[in-house]
Amino acid sequence: MDSAREKIIPVTAIVALIIAVWYVAAIFMNAPVQRDMNKRADITPTTLEFVVQTYTQAKPILPAPHQIVANFYKSTFEVKPTSRRSLVYHSGVTLSSTLLGFALGTVLGILIAVGIVHVPALDRSFMPWIVASQTIPILAIAPMVIVVLAAVGVTGLIPKALISAYLSFFPVVVGMVKGLRSPDFLLLDLMRTYNAGRATVFWKLRVPASVPFLFASMKVAIAASLVGAIVGELPTGAVAGIGAKLLGASYYSQTIDMWSALIAGSLVAALLVVLVGAVGGFVEKRMGARPS
Amino acid sequence: MRKISWQAMLAFALCIVAALTLPPTAPGSAMPFSSAGIVTVFVLVIAGLAMADRFAPRLAGTLSLFLGSHVAALLLIGGIAGNEGSATLSFFALLAAAWLGAWRLVTILSAMKPAGRPQRIFLRLFIPFLFGLWILLFWEAITRGAGIPFVLLPPPSAIGARLVSSIPVLAADVRQTIFKAVIAGYVLGSASGFAVAILADRVGFLRRGLLPIGNLVSALPIIGIAPIMVMWFGFDWQSKAAVVVVMTFFPMLVNAVTGLAASGHIERDLMRTYAASYWQTLFQLRLPAAAPFIFNALKINSTLALIGAIVAEFFGTPVVGMGFRISTEVGRMNIDMVWAEIAIAALAGSLFYGMVALAERAVTFWHPSVRGG
Repeated sequence: MDSAREKIIPVTAIVALIIAVWYVAAIFMNAPVQRDMNKRADITPTTLEFVVQTYTQAKPILPAPHQIVANFYKSTFEVKPTSRRSLVYHSGVTLSSTLLGFALGTVLGILIAVGIVHVPALDRSFMPWIVASQTIPILAIAPMVIVVLAAVGVTGLIPKALISAYLSFFPVVVGMVKGLRSPDFLLLDLMRTYNAGRATVFWKLRVPASVPFLFASMKVAIAASLVGAIVGELPTGAVAGIGAKLLGASYYSQTIDMWSALIAGSLVAALLVVLVGAVGGFVEKRMGARPS
Repeated sequence: MRKISWQAMLAFALCIVAALTLPPTAPGSAMPFSSAGIVTVFVLVIAGLAMADRFAPRLAGTLSLFLGSHVAALLLIGGIAGNEGSATLSFFALLAAAWLGAWRLVTILSAMKPAGRPQRIFLRLFIPFLFGLWILLFWEAITRGAGIPFVLLPPPSAIGARLVSSIPVLAADVRQTIFKAVIAGYVLGSASGFAVAILADRVGFLRRGLLPIGNLVSALPIIGIAPIMVMWFGFDWQSKAAVVVVMTFFPMLVNAVTGLAASGHIERDLMRTYAASYWQTLFQLRLPAAAPFIFNALKINSTLALIGAIVAEFFGTPVVGMGFRISTEVGRMNIDMVWAEIAIAALAGSLFYGMVALAERAVTFWHPSVRGG
């Protein structure tokens, strides 16, 4: 636990520094608007009053951290979770399509990876496209998928989940192929001396060896999946979800709402990644991995 | 007697199905297949596979399989012109049989282990090319054969035509999105991430604090700051560049910090025995050792930068730009234009990545992953 204590102090210090800079920046970024407002209202505040004013605007250019936290708290804990003003509701909508898409993408990715490892034709023909697809901005298809599927009557959860699945599919394939191929010649030769068939080599050697790779790529995949779900919510005309909340708030310049939606998205992302990591750690421990 | 491949057997079965369900286009279609054309398709598919099973992997077998399957597929797709939406089971059975021929071809080619380097490179490119070609062939044949509505999925030929006919618009979008927003944001974001990494390298406290934060931020949906940046920096490319800066900063920071720690103790001790200063050690030893990590970040960033700029344009732009074009043409149901824009984005992404990879090869020529193999 020594390393944890070694980290906590610097991390806290840097977070504190960021918040301090944020508060100072908020004054300067909100000052021009506030000055205009004061001129129109014909008040001349003292410096201290002016600073307080910049921290209490309704639609600041840069909201102060405590405004965001207050808004986040209010729209998370004080509003009914089923209300459209609740962040829990919007996070839930995004989370459901993220998880559905992630599950789809992971299962499909694992199946394709198994195919690639066992069928040389698939490896030589399909794998290069998977690798190449990592270099292109696939997220750009999101609006098209949503609108086209809406045109044929498929709306709601499924289109967003499809985008999430598509985004989480590629990292899983790449990671799983690497993982299933990770056993070295020595181990494969050992299996051959046992006269193990292909299925036995697969279940007893390749699958256990691929588990760490699988969870590493699932961490990347679930983050990508969430981004896909958020972007997938943009073109639906801001119905529900974190992306819709962001877009709606940006239409009405409700900056505080935007920031708290962003916080909600970040929390969901961090939770999901930590969860995948924890499940991965648990599974590896159960499988007898030594703690490194 | 050689063994008959399963692809050939299945293709033969499909040919029987096709023969029983003739003609390939529904009766009364405008320009039905000529019977000579249909016979040619059958002969090509079966002869190709038979020749391959008899003579492959010799050239005669492989080449006749290639020609048989692909000429048959092209004849089928050519025959659908004027009969859109009227393809029958027979048509798709024949197409599937031709595809099985291509699969057999890929299987034969994958098993080849040519000795020459040029041949190996040719095979490494040709096999994925065949796969891509068949995606396009199926796409074209199914969208036009089954008459899938144009707004749902336009055939590749229509997308290609649209791409060629709207080159000026696409060029303007590329100029706005890539040459302004992406390049500016990418350079600024990567450079500042690198600068902070150097700073963190000098100050251990900063490194221990920034690294966990950087790792956390890499998992967050940073793209969500796009509306905020649009509000701060306006509708033009500056706001998109700002999103790209934030998105590319953290991968570079994390990777560069890791890379700067990559040089070995022995080398660093050697530098100390030379009485090398911090900056001398940095430039002579540690930066070269960090180069693979830095290029890894540059590669990740090349994709992130494009995504950031395109998605940020969904939140508001002047009337030009790739993300703007995608979102408005989707709204107007010009799906072929959207696909053309996506094709350009894919091409730009691969080119960008390829250039970074080439630069990496030039700079890290000493690295085992470049030198070996």
